[in-house]
Amino acid sequence: MVEPLVVATKVNKWFGPLHVLKDVDLTVEKGEVVVVLGPSGSGKSTLCRTLNRLEPIHSGTIEIDGVGLPEEGKALAKLRSDVGMVFQSFNLFAHKTVLQNVTLGPEKVRKMPRREARERAMALLERVGIAEKADRYPAELSGGQQQRAAIARALAMDPKVMLFDEPTSALDPEMIKEVLDVMLELAHEGTTMIVVSHEMGFARSAARRVAFMDEGRIVEVAPPEQFFHDPESARARDFLGKVLAH
Amino acid sequence: MGVVVDNAGQYLAGMAMTVALTLVSFSAALVIGTVVAAFRVSPVPPLRTAGTLWVETVRNTPLTVLMVLFFFGFTKLGIQYSAFTSAVIVLSAYTSTFVAETVRSGINAVAKGQAEAARSLGLTFPQVLGRVVLPQAFRTVLAPLGSVFIALIKNSSIASIISVVELTEVADRLNNETARPVAVFLGAGMAYLLLTLPSGFLVGVLERRVAIKR
Repeated sequence: MVEPLVVATKVNKWFGPLHVLKDVDLTVEKGEVVVVLGPSGSGKSTLCRTLNRLEPIHSGTIEIDGVGLPEEGKALAKLRSDVGMVFQSFNLFAHKTVLQNVTLGPEKVRKMPRREARERAMALLERVGIAEKADRYPAELSGGQQQRAAIARALAMDPKVMLFDEPTSALDPEMIKEVLDVMLELAHEGTTMIVVSHEMGFARSAARRVAFMDEGRIVEVAPPEQFFHDPESARARDFLGKVLAH
Repeated sequence: MGVVVDNAGQYLAGMAMTVALTLVSFSAALVIGTVVAAFRVSPVPPLRTAGTLWVETVRNTPLTVLMVLFFFGFTKLGIQYSAFTSAVIVLSAYTSTFVAETVRSGINAVAKGQAEAARSLGLTFPQVLGRVVLPQAFRTVLAPLGSVFIALIKNSSIASIISVVELTEVADRLNNETARPVAVFLGAGMAYLLLTLPSGFLVGVLERRVAIKR
């Protein structure tokens, strides 16, 4: 049974004169992992940020679990609490410990009792493998550890969908794996994920579908085995030729 | 300096009044200034306009003018506050504009991603500001806020023109009695230093203590 969770329809966005999203349609079903690939400047990051309205759109509609994104305000805040977001630059709260980073949302948004929030946060930090760093400040962690903490922070809200905006692009090569391992585990557990990334290996092993973007359009959507071996569009063939050449 | 030593009690009383004016006014200015800064960065245009109007009118009027207009102007309207209350209101209002601009620059210095991460968790605008942005902004602007505080210690001398008996008023009265302006005001100057120098030192200590590891 098909249950669409995220539905973007005819989304258009401009940055000044720059048309960055052109009639973008994307439907992501419950439990599905969609990896968005494409060259830099193709609009994939922007698309990801429009899905929880960090970037407002100029036309089209975006629905999360059947509800259209509201204007800035309490209703939007409520909707965002159900959409986890992981950023390229981690964006952990610099003045709070790792544990406080993870408990802030559940305590202040979900009004969860402090004890419960702490216990759940510790379990999540355990799950991403950094429980021993709970009382450290973000700056004391490596990039990979920070990103895993950021994933735990997003998961603490029990989101319906997780958005990953180039989660490994700011990491050293040896730290990429530890973050991808956590993401793979989430994927296997059935978390609905939209991942903007350059990690072809992750796309192959975790994605149910790959969405390929170029110049503000979604050019092609296909299962990874099909996309990587026999892409339909010339633009995708060209892109893959460049990134898979070595 | 005999005149200062002989009147040490009056100087001390004057210092106490200066300290009282400063502490009460600064507390109020911090609250008002932070709210005004929040107005100026809020997504609601009328709030932004109100914040800007407050800063630009009050900040650009001499403190002496504000003090006289408030104290005597309101009396004419039949509203009467004590000299101390009037001085506190005017000093708070005046200082709040500098606090607001300082805090606003601190808010702008906080990385954009911090607020984005907070919004993504579902925090409302006041929560984003209060839980994530302001705590970091205040740490960044402790030093300039310390300067605003020290400026307020000295600005409180303007309360003398509406006869609040703080340090400057003490000196003024002693000068009228003794006609020894240099000694009397040197005494006042040293008394101000006794308040301002430790303030600067304390701000430095505080700054090191709350610094964010980066």
